[in-house]
Amino acid sequence: MNPVKEANRSNTPVLEVAGLSKKFRVPAAGIGQKPRVVHAVSDVSFRLAAGTTLGIVGESGCGKSTTARLIMGLIAPDAGDVLIRGDVMGRSAKGLKRLRRQVQMVFQDSSASLNPRLTIESSIIFGPVVHGVKQSEARARAHHLLDLVGLDPNLYAGRYPHELSGGQRQRVNIARALVLDPSIIIFDEAVSALDKSIEAQVLNLLIDLKSEFDLSYIFISHDLNVVQYISDDVLVMYLGEVIERGSTDLIYQGAGHPYTSALLASMPSPDPERRTLVAPVSGDPPNPIDLPTGCRFHPRCADVSEICSRLQPRMTQAGVSRSIACHMADRKSGHPKAGALGK
Amino acid sequence: MSSKEAVDSVLVVNDLSVEFAGARGTVKALDGVGFSLEKGQVLGVIGESGSGKSVTMRAILRILPTKTTKISGQITVDGEDVLAMNEKQLARYRGRVASMIFQEPALSLDPVFTIGHQIAEAVMRHTGASRENARRRALEMLEKVKIPSAESRLRNYPHEMSGGMLQRAMIALALSCDPKVLLADEPTTALDATVQIQIILLLRQLQLEMQMATVFVTHDVGVAAEIADQIAVMYGGRIVEYGAVRDVLMNPQHPYTKGLLASTIHGSMAGTRINTIPGMPPDLNNMPDGCAFAPRCGHAHADCHAVSPKLKPLGNGRQVACVLDHPSLVVQP
Repeated sequence: MNPVKEANRSNTPVLEVAGLSKKFRVPAAGIGQKPRVVHAVSDVSFRLAAGTTLGIVGESGCGKSTTARLIMGLIAPDAGDVLIRGDVMGRSAKGLKRLRRQVQMVFQDSSASLNPRLTIESSIIFGPVVHGVKQSEARARAHHLLDLVGLDPNLYAGRYPHELSGGQRQRVNIARALVLDPSIIIFDEAVSALDKSIEAQVLNLLIDLKSEFDLSYIFISHDLNVVQYISDDVLVMYLGEVIERGSTDLIYQGAGHPYTSALLASMPSPDPERRTLVAPVSGDPPNPIDLPTGCRFHPRCADVSEICSRLQPRMTQAGVSRSIACHMADRKSGHPKAGALGK
Repeated sequence: MSSKEAVDSVLVVNDLSVEFAGARGTVKALDGVGFSLEKGQVLGVIGESGSGKSVTMRAILRILPTKTTKISGQITVDGEDVLAMNEKQLARYRGRVASMIFQEPALSLDPVFTIGHQIAEAVMRHTGASRENARRRALEMLEKVKIPSAESRLRNYPHEMSGGMLQRAMIALALSCDPKVLLADEPTTALDATVQIQIILLLRQLQLEMQMATVFVTHDVGVAAEIADQIAVMYGGRIVEYGAVRDVLMNPQHPYTKGLLASTIHGSMAGTRINTIPGMPPDLNNMPDGCAFAPRCGHAHADCHAVSPKLKPLGNGRQVACVLDHPSLVVQP
């Protein structure tokens, strides 16, 4: 067991994200027009408690993946900090190296994230060697990890990525994420491309590894069933903002942010005798270039009121383990249904 | 198949097999697939990648590559033998009698023509309508699929529309010539959750209105439950279970269907381990003898590895391809 991990079992969250923001510039649409700005992530803050899993849900363009990349330091934020056990990591090469020893990531596309010209073993030991671990030691650890993720090292260590199935490649990516003994792993749609029966096998593996290696997870997915299954807490994002966060049980009970309720009600019913009769929300998620004023969800919201287009709602505590950014959760907002949410 | 069935059915597929010639030899992608569909019915086809879902659809529309594909069996659409059609007959058949919507609307529409142009072109070509009438039909179709401000959307290029709007436009195009058969290949898989349910509800409504026979392929059991009347479960190029949606999803009989439903994550199971099917879907290059599911099946015995079971009728239109008995199934005649 990693002694650093043992020593830090305190109340300090293992990861804290404070006020993270990122805008991307995109070229002008035509001659004489101004370049446009994509508001990918706006003022995102959350804490990840040690040993827990935080699920991040939302539709495409909501900033889930950008948030993950900002945490990993793959892109630089415009504002905000990432803290590991209360320590600001910073953006120097040294800081990033320190950060990536602690935080690893598994991506959706299992084949694009492996170098096609490296064997499985070489891919896994690449990280530790960069971090100064001896080749022989790294190799022994790689074999041990392959075994743990369910791939016989004698059969698979020398193979190339194209010789493996999607599920097996994702197991390799998981082994590679584990090899530096990190405390946090970010899964960005890591099981979304897998067949259902393989997805279930990988989820079981993730749950076993989490207790075995004393890990904390950030689990990003558009699949609400999977997030409910694996997460302790959930963060709901819409157009770059966190609009609700709280314990999984509370969030999935519904009755929170109108967007969360709509998202949950949009899940297809597995019971053919209780089919969905009315679409919970109309329209597509808007483009993060032309953001609505006030609350970003107001053009699609059934409970929209005058204040919603004028004023951005504050994140309001609603119960012990839940916060909602909606005027209806804020008693003093002036919305006709103020105080109706989160009772 | 009884003669009554043959008369009422718009789409009849019988003993359909498809083989692909490749560098590593011949691959059997479909093996003896059969079903029939009446007007206004929706067949949901579920299964994992490589199970033959999409190949079935492409065979029905005859859009598989001709040089490398060997198709055998019968496909009859609206009384016509699809496999006997020549290129000219196929050009009339595709889009007019049977049409298809795909997973990626952005890849299925032509980026250099407007939506209105593309729909009008199909209408003119298939019905001989004038440009003006075809354009009117295009507008009518965009309104039918509930695209807001349809008049101005006619002049939009595909890149100017969001994913949900594009899929609506794709549906408008597919239905513009009143097809008898609609083939929907994972049409909601690439969409966001809140948009997916809108498209499912739209398809359900158009289905009722226009009474097409629809084959709806999906890997998502929930989506199938929302839209299908009948379910076909495919595995390794064969249908392994077939029946009414309620029967198959509530009372699965084939061990694969049971495993698939058990490994679909439902909320109540949080924290517990998921019951998984061990192993991987079969490699079509290297199919096992006997039942394709036998290597992953907890109930497999010697017979399973020897012979490939045929679909057996269990009454009520229910069919299962498994050598095991099914005492748990109560059938009312």
